[in-house]
Amino acid sequence: MSKVWVFAEADGDKPSTATLELLTKARELGGTLEAVHIGANADALAAGLGEHGATTVYAVDPGDALPGVVGAAALEALIGEHHPELVLFAQSYDGRDAISRLSVKLDRPVLTNGVALRVDGDKVIVGAAIFGGNTLVDTEFEGEAPFLAAIRPKSFAAEPSGGSAAAVVAVPAPDAGRAGEAKVLERHVEEREGPKLEEAKVVVSGGRGLGSAEAYDPLVEQLAKLLGGASGASRAIVDAGWVPYSKQVGQTGKVVKPKLYIALGISGATQHMVGMKGSENIIAVNKDAEAPIFGIADLGVVGDVHKVVPKLIEALQAHS
Amino acid sequence: MNIAVCVKQIPDPNVPGNLDADHTLDRSAKPQIDDSDMYGVEMALQLADKAGGGEVILVSMAPNGEVSGLRTGLAMGSARAVLVSDEALAGSDALSTAKVLAKAVERAGDVDLVLTATESTDGYTGTMPAQIAELLGWPSLTFAKHVEVGDGKVTIQRQTEAGYDVVVASLPAVVSVTAGVVEPRYPSFKGIMAAKNKPVDQVTVADLGLSPDEVGWSGARQQIVSVAAAPERQAGEKIEDDGEAYTRIVSFLEDLKII
Repeated sequence: MSKVWVFAEADGDKPSTATLELLTKARELGGTLEAVHIGANADALAAGLGEHGATTVYAVDPGDALPGVVGAAALEALIGEHHPELVLFAQSYDGRDAISRLSVKLDRPVLTNGVALRVDGDKVIVGAAIFGGNTLVDTEFEGEAPFLAAIRPKSFAAEPSGGSAAAVVAVPAPDAGRAGEAKVLERHVEEREGPKLEEAKVVVSGGRGLGSAEAYDPLVEQLAKLLGGASGASRAIVDAGWVPYSKQVGQTGKVVKPKLYIALGISGATQHMVGMKGSENIIAVNKDAEAPIFGIADLGVVGDVHKVVPKLIEALQAHS
Repeated sequence: MNIAVCVKQIPDPNVPGNLDADHTLDRSAKPQIDDSDMYGVEMALQLADKAGGGEVILVSMAPNGEVSGLRTGLAMGSARAVLVSDEALAGSDALSTAKVLAKAVERAGDVDLVLTATESTDGYTGTMPAQIAELLGWPSLTFAKHVEVGDGKVTIQRQTEAGYDVVVASLPAVVSVTAGVVEPRYPSFKGIMAAKNKPVDQVTVADLGLSPDEVGWSGARQQIVSVAAAPERQAGEKIEDDGEAYTRIVSFLEDLKII
């Protein structure tokens, strides 16, 4: 690859972890590595992007428009000028908006949900895991570059290369037409204690087996807190409204790869397993001895979470 | 207010999936409406109800004129459906599918709002909502966990990494809704009976003004080059709780140096 671009996203004033993962992987592909950022804080991101291999960041301030929509319009123009062969996006909210609209503008196919990426000659091949991660499928692009791929967070490790800060090239926000009419009126940041779900070393998740929304705090939250971890959830209890969507682990939620994953009252639907089976160690507690989660758990306890977990919490409190 | 809802008819997600020899998903079993789409149908019915009129129209693409999933959406209260079914569609990728669905939305008539799920349960590409919006030239308000419509505008709470944003755009627009945005209703017996007679406008690719070259295998411009079983994760120790199982968990945590 002579030139690879990464759609860079921010987490506050730093590049998001998913962005750094993409840059690290893109370095392996050789050639020039550059970033495109749609936001007002490119100067703050330049050091982190450069440290992970990007030499330049093209920066577009979208104002109060949705970043993905402005991002696609900006990318269309920038790609026409600079001709990258491959553009990588994180499988994130704004990344998906941008890659989707860009695919229409350029009339190019997209490969999404990638967990692996390689280049073989002039072929770009994206690996994805289907059927709950049981089957790996490699797909290659046909036709002309640029190739557009979205990769799931946690697919690669983020490692710095020691480069200096990326040069920031400010680009005026293009007119996205009617599509650009979607405006952000307010931003709400949810209060969170402890580590982020996708970055925590320990994740404790709850499922339908908790029995009620009221059981989530005393069992899941408290155990997560005691272990310095983050709390998660299965889709079933998110759908039921017991906990917010931001806690959902799974195919349509977050992918986690902690040192330890504890599944409480989770049967192990395919959707959920996709999001957590990459954990180094898994403990599962469930009443149903036949629950699929036991098929991948390093330690499976067949029992009632309402009996096992309070005793565990008590023992941990005594331990500390 | 007329609302089109994109609905996918998928194999039962609780049955292990298979790929056919041509690497497409085995769709030989009777399909059902994707659970994720039930939220869109319910949201559309509620919004149309609040607006005091208009139709909810289902839009779908499926092989062999398949309607079993559509009937569920019609039984919930949708007025009619547009179904695109054509042999030329086999092997379609996300972009080709979006082209077909955008045309089907246009065929549905005077539509003010398109609702979709964020992604399907079987393919979960997740690009369709914004692709359809781009093809129609409309705003897309994605990952909505709350939706309100009034005064010619749609306002949503959009899920973000940090929490949520309030996003507004004028109609017509495309909105993708997250699971749990509303509680889908169960079709009543009366609804199920009524659904049998509701109109399904079944069309081909040519009826939509698309060329067969733009869709299916020829339009996909991507090729599966290998399919392999993922390394399996082995089950470890399994114990029955006799009242003391928590002590085994404690020693496991000690071994991992978590505590």
